[in-house]
Amino acid sequence: MPTIKNVTCPVCGTFCDDIELTIKNNKITDVKNACAMGEAKFLGYADTHHRNTKPQIRKNGELVETTWNEAIKKAAQILAEAKYPLLYGWSSTSCEAIRFGVELAEETGGVIDNTSSVCHGPSILSIQDQGISTCTLGQIRHRADLIVYWGSDPYSAHPRHLERYTAFTDGRFEPSEWRRYVSRLRGVISEKKLARASKLVLMEEASIPPITGHQIPPMLEMEEERKLIVIDVRRTRSAEFADYFIQVEPNKDYELLQAMRMLVKNEELEVDQVAGVPVDVLEKVVDVMINCKFGIFFFGVGLTMSVGKHRNIDAALALTIDLNFRTKFVIMPMRGHFNVTGANTVFLWQTGYPFAIDFSQGYPKYNPGETSTVDILARDESDAALVIASDPVANFPKNAAQNLVKNPLIVIDPEKSATALMADVVLPSAFVGIEAEGTAYRMDSVPLPLKKVVKPSRNCLSDEKILQRILKEVRRLKKAAKET
Amino acid sequence: MAKIKVTLISGRTISQGTSKEHGKTSQEYYENVATCEIDPEDLKTLGIKGGENVKVSTEHGTVTVKAIESKRGPHPKIIYMPYGPWVNTIVNPATHGTGMPSYKGIPAEIEPATSTERVLSLQELLEQTFRKQPPNAHN
Repeated sequence: MPTIKNVTCPVCGTFCDDIELTIKNNKITDVKNACAMGEAKFLGYADTHHRNTKPQIRKNGELVETTWNEAIKKAAQILAEAKYPLLYGWSSTSCEAIRFGVELAEETGGVIDNTSSVCHGPSILSIQDQGISTCTLGQIRHRADLIVYWGSDPYSAHPRHLERYTAFTDGRFEPSEWRRYVSRLRGVISEKKLARASKLVLMEEASIPPITGHQIPPMLEMEEERKLIVIDVRRTRSAEFADYFIQVEPNKDYELLQAMRMLVKNEELEVDQVAGVPVDVLEKVVDVMINCKFGIFFFGVGLTMSVGKHRNIDAALALTIDLNFRTKFVIMPMRGHFNVTGANTVFLWQTGYPFAIDFSQGYPKYNPGETSTVDILARDESDAALVIASDPVANFPKNAAQNLVKNPLIVIDPEKSATALMADVVLPSAFVGIEAEGTAYRMDSVPLPLKKVVKPSRNCLSDEKILQRILKEVRRLKKAAKET
Repeated sequence: MAKIKVTLISGRTISQGTSKEHGKTSQEYYENVATCEIDPEDLKTLGIKGGENVKVSTEHGTVTVKAIESKRGPHPKIIYMPYGPWVNTIVNPATHGTGMPSYKGIPAEIEPATSTERVLSLQELLEQTFRKQPPNAHN
């Protein structure tokens, strides 16, 4: 059976490129190296129960199967007739497909926006204001001796991030801290066993000490060790891997970041605690940051989706700048979809802006808050939409999703997403990275190839091909309308 | 009936991440996403156990989901719901001029669901929210 090595994983922004797939009769039968999400996708992608298998059009309120020609014509007609269509999604498809999306947006005079609008959009706003000191993940793997995840739970959202790029990887200059974690875990297990035994013997409830409290573990102050700190509103699974966990009160990240900035600048905090964290603990943690050789903040949507939004990122970027006066520190957003960075990149090189781009004036205009999808939908301004490679009906607030669904809705998706179930035209696409090839950008803006490892079903076309056909038909319709 | 004021955080869970790959119309997705992780102390106050239904309300809406006893505690007065169509019926749509709705840190209230309030399937939820007929997918 043929085995294909070095396959990239089309799931999250970690975009692992070491997956090994065994293929038998055009089916993936075995997956090596992938995380739970990657494995579920590679082994389950072909299940027709959740795939869109044929083009569909809504007739008399019901979705019915149709031909490709009819479906493309209907989609093009909706877009050509719309005054202000919305072209949304893009983060789970290839850069090659996204390029045609931008052309289509320009042709239809609509708005093109990608999922970073409801993910790291605020981070982008802030990076445009402040600038960012960052690097590639390889640098982190080999050199970083302090890893901080803030408002991010890589165990759940980027399962192999820790193992491939940060605390649990053996870098050239920084060893993995896996052994230390395992010995700490053994300690906790022994404590639990002891507690259980004493409960049996003494017939009374024995308390199990928490893994970390507010007490700083001694290793955090040792210089020669790679360290992992997690800052979050609850003890996530990732927090349990950490050498130290700081629990911040919800919506108070901004205060904590600014307090840290004061401490980095040797200013005194005249309070006992900030955002639920005692100041003496904060002082020690900031000491660890200042004394590291090369530190990194990985920040998640815990910062962008809470109160403060882009202002939280302003504070995080400013803290990184401040720390660079004392040591070397970088910062990186934990991007969600495998090609959300690519969507930003393609939009940027084609239009000058990374998301929320409005072509209604005939030229690209960018003003998030005004030209971003959720705001346009909340104000009920768009009159049609094309959604590709994302599921806004499942992921947008109710009023925005309702206004999306009430107008003609075209969906290009391999799967029966909530949005596809609500669509008026469904165009079944091949899974890029499994059934179609292309290019995607990892979270650190490194482009990698997406491989085609199996042939798609005859009824599924690649996103790129579908968009090309719609674009051609829209141009034909517009030309015909001009001539009459 | 007991009611508690809490802060609602929505976010990714690994089971949500894997079950979405099994399909959004799948039983796994329904079981893993139409849920709410609640601190054990708060569950006691409500007088319910993990696995029973709970009603979560914000000023933007109300949804009934399955309560799960949080293993990530202690986080009293903080509830956690996986990203997905259920929680998004009650999140705060205000973007404050950034394009980003507030998916985390939303003031909410939880109370035990009555016997008539059950957890809607994805199809039922879509029909109720959008008044549009979803095709019959497997469930």
